[in-house]
Amino acid sequence: MSTIEQAGKVNQGEIRYLTPLDIATKNKKKYCRFKRSGIKYIDYKDPDFLLKFINEQGKILPRRLTGTSLKFQRKISVAVKRARHLALLPYQADMLK
Amino acid sequence: MNHYEAVFILNPVLSDDQVKETVKKIESFLKKNGSEIISTENWGLKKLAYPIQNKQSGFYNLIDFKSPPTIISSLETEFKRDERIMRYLNVKLDKYATEWSIKRRERKTKKV
Repeated sequence: MSTIEQAGKVNQGEIRYLTPLDIATKNKKKYCRFKRSGIKYIDYKDPDFLLKFINEQGKILPRRLTGTSLKFQRKISVAVKRARHLALLPYQADMLK
Repeated sequence: MNHYEAVFILNPVLSDDQVKETVKKIESFLKKNGSEIISTENWGLKKLAYPIQNKQSGFYNLIDFKSPPTIISSLETEFKRDERIMRYLNVKLDKYATEWSIKRRERKTKKV
């Protein structure tokens, strides 16, 4: 019977930690790096830079992860696609990073 | 007159002279049709991210030029017709891109 009681307590949200958790409790505000640093044009000829905006499989990362503004997300997507056409970036990959 | 930029990849089996000759051919085509070449860049033999025509590498070349918009389509047929060119990309540069290309060129000349 004691086990059921314990389970009930947990469900009530009475989880206590011995030490306060540091992980993921502070929400760091994301920002658009292009707006902040004043970059106006995203170069498709620079694959090392574009690598920041694609994942290991070579897919373009969503805005909600990188924090880029919509205006520059569009430019990134065009630049990545141009770089793929010129074989500077792969269309599909595995373990890219 | 618009500002354009053309990047093309040449077949890796070519010799250096053949590469130069192909670039010269494209340049002379542009000059003949009333465009002004701003700069050319040779990136050398680079590894491709994926195979094109079963080749793993290619000679990258870049030409910056100002030209009337009418000749771009004929430039593209010229690219298509040439067997030595495996891939090409023509891009029109807007004002920010033009700024960037000037900056990029300055940085390159400083390095060399």
